[in-house]
Amino acid sequence: MLGWELPPHNSGGLGVACYHMSKALAERGATIDFVVPYLAEHPGIDFMNIHSATNLTPLERYGLGAYDSDAVLEKSLVEADMDDLRDMRGVQKRYVRYVENLVLKLKPDVIHAHDWLTMEAGMRAKQLIDVPLIVHVHATEFDRSGSEAGNPLVHEIEYQGMVMADRIIAVSGVTKNIIVEKYGIPADKIEVVHNAIDVASLNDGYVYDDRTYRYLESLKSEGYTIVSTVTRFTVQKGLTCLMRAAAKACSKYDKLAFLLAGDGEQRDELIRMAAELGISDKIFFTGFIRGKQWRDAYSVADVFVMSSVSEPFGLTALEAAHHGNAVILTKQSGVGEVLNSVFRYDFWDEDRLADQLVGIATSRVLKDTLQDNVQREYARISWHDVAQKCFSVYHASRQVSA
Amino acid sequence: MSKRGIVLYLHAHQPFRVRSYSVFDTAVNHDYFNEPDYLTDRNNEQVFKKVADKSYRPMNALLERLLEENPEFKVSLSITGVFIEQAEMWAPDVLDSFKRLVNTGRVEIISETYYHSLAFFYSRDEFEHQVESHKQKIRDTFGVETSVFRNTELSYNDSLAKWAEDYGFKGILAEGWDPVLEWRSPHYVYRPAGTNNISLLMKNYRLSDDIAFRFSDKAWPQWPLSADTYNEWANVSLGDQQIVNLFMDYETFGEHQWSDTGIFDFFYAFIRKWLDNPHNTFYTASGAIDAFTPIAEISMPYTVTWADTERDLTAWLGNNMQQEALRHLYALENDILSTNDIDLISDWRKLQTSDHVYYMCTKWFSDGDVHAYFSPYESPYDAFLYFMNAVRDLRWRLHAYHKIGGLNG
Repeated sequence: MLGWELPPHNSGGLGVACYHMSKALAERGATIDFVVPYLAEHPGIDFMNIHSATNLTPLERYGLGAYDSDAVLEKSLVEADMDDLRDMRGVQKRYVRYVENLVLKLKPDVIHAHDWLTMEAGMRAKQLIDVPLIVHVHATEFDRSGSEAGNPLVHEIEYQGMVMADRIIAVSGVTKNIIVEKYGIPADKIEVVHNAIDVASLNDGYVYDDRTYRYLESLKSEGYTIVSTVTRFTVQKGLTCLMRAAAKACSKYDKLAFLLAGDGEQRDELIRMAAELGISDKIFFTGFIRGKQWRDAYSVADVFVMSSVSEPFGLTALEAAHHGNAVILTKQSGVGEVLNSVFRYDFWDEDRLADQLVGIATSRVLKDTLQDNVQREYARISWHDVAQKCFSVYHASRQVSA
Repeated sequence: MSKRGIVLYLHAHQPFRVRSYSVFDTAVNHDYFNEPDYLTDRNNEQVFKKVADKSYRPMNALLERLLEENPEFKVSLSITGVFIEQAEMWAPDVLDSFKRLVNTGRVEIISETYYHSLAFFYSRDEFEHQVESHKQKIRDTFGVETSVFRNTELSYNDSLAKWAEDYGFKGILAEGWDPVLEWRSPHYVYRPAGTNNISLLMKNYRLSDDIAFRFSDKAWPQWPLSADTYNEWANVSLGDQQIVNLFMDYETFGEHQWSDTGIFDFFYAFIRKWLDNPHNTFYTASGAIDAFTPIAEISMPYTVTWADTERDLTAWLGNNMQQEALRHLYALENDILSTNDIDLISDWRKLQTSDHVYYMCTKWFSDGDVHAYFSPYESPYDAFLYFMNAVRDLRWRLHAYHKIGGLNG
């Protein structure tokens, strides 16, 4: 298994997904050697062997901006200086070299590589020992950049990885469509395996503290409906449409308040927009939050909106469901493929979202039904099913190459 | 001694579906049923025209032919008021073909609520009004009187039978549901408990559903079903008893089971084969009631319908959204009726059609069996949203035009 991070050294959802997937695979009898690009302890991970490709600390790796592909120098691996570990391509080159040696020694049955960061290593490993390569796409460069542009080098690596792979796993039909349409990969090579949520990790003794968002609580007691979103403030997340829909909804029904939890390059624009739309007093910005404040942001809310223009999966929607929110998703969010008890809208359809928000705010029974039903639904989505599907993909790929 | 026979009863209905009626329409536009999107299944005109081509035209032609060729062939039809309204607007030739069927004298029209509503369970006054307006519509359209009643979704209980008897009906239809029948057979005419002058016909759901639901199901061991096999089942099943009640949606023919499944040929062949046996005939619902004396009493204290494995009303009233939607709608009854505003009253009544709450059913949806969710909406929640926006608009019209009531959010 080739990954870029594992908890607690993760900066995003990729590490969490890799952790739970590996754990569920191990429970089904898989022996896993997991390669990360840094050196650190991983307390609690005893179900697989973790290999460190470099001596970098996880913090140094954060400094390199693994998820910010703009920061990748435009270097092919040949040009990259393997000894220059401050260079992203340098880290990847060391990672590839490490994986080459490792697979020759371990002779694994299958190589499972996560996202573009590890695809080159996966391809090289396949070349060396001729075993099936599974490329697992959690997000493409189109998703990360939120546009048609993105980094051409990353696009190229993704394309090569997908072409070379024996089988591709996409985290949603949304992502599968991107792989087919933007990268020209045949649809029958791609298996959709939706991510899951580990309910146990959320049942860690957390208790909602109603003092965290005391002002919102007092609005609630006056009959306000609290709408939240927990996200990065980037173009990809569709927040400007959410903002305009909020203004439209407020024009029809006043008792609405919006909690925008997170931070990002669009923050100032969103603040300015709220003022222009005349709804500044209804929009609450938290800044970057984690831990209790993060959990409480779900708990204080009645409704969670995922407004993404393109969202490969969207774990936060499952987290919101766990915390009892009614859920509204754009049709462009992959998580919508595993949830039925939700409202959906096209990311640009402000009127539709406003209608749904007002509908929930003005109908107790609609809100309760959505909340109850999605809460029953999300818990059925399990990592064990993910592991089972991965196994089928492994078996299928070995038949293909044999 | 009367011949043994089939009572074939077909139910024709199309609702006025609510368009994607948003909060921005509420208090602005009052055209709840005019979906502008030409392509969606919420566009009532398009749906009606499509089903007319696939089902009403070919099936009526087939029925006409069978009536012409077989003097013993008879059919009973129930046609809702909202169906007739739509046929008048969008397919008058379909209505004409129904008139020709009725004019043969061997096609009986069954009584029901004009709006295909669940009013019986909410307001007896409103219910009776809808039964009366349906009777009048049938009189105006076909020039005939009705004497046998069926309630929406074949919903039935003892108090409905008592009501129907008091109202002057001589017969009523219900599901022949095993827990009610127990050891008894649906192949006789019964008397509803607590009545003296009304007869009960009970659906043979196995033989009915073989056609209505299973006919084109390739996973069904009996697929493909031939007219010979089915005729044998019907003959053997009936034995020396009186009647087989085959009750189903009219749209079974051509819409639920498409023409290419062979449903029309099957039906034609079966009718011929059934009548080849000299002991066999067909009855209209009234004809069966006239021919046979009730053999015993049947009691159904709880409401039984012809829907789902539960045979109850949960598909319409099973969740809170559905209950709320109808509670809010019927709460407006007195205010709406007091206005004498014909458009407002008609819109209120069109919203009573049971299909609206059916589209809000979550019992399949949340269990992941989304394919069982037959609806022109993306989800039960959207159905509820649009419906409630329309109910709010009714309130707004009451308030703005008639100075009645408040808006209540």
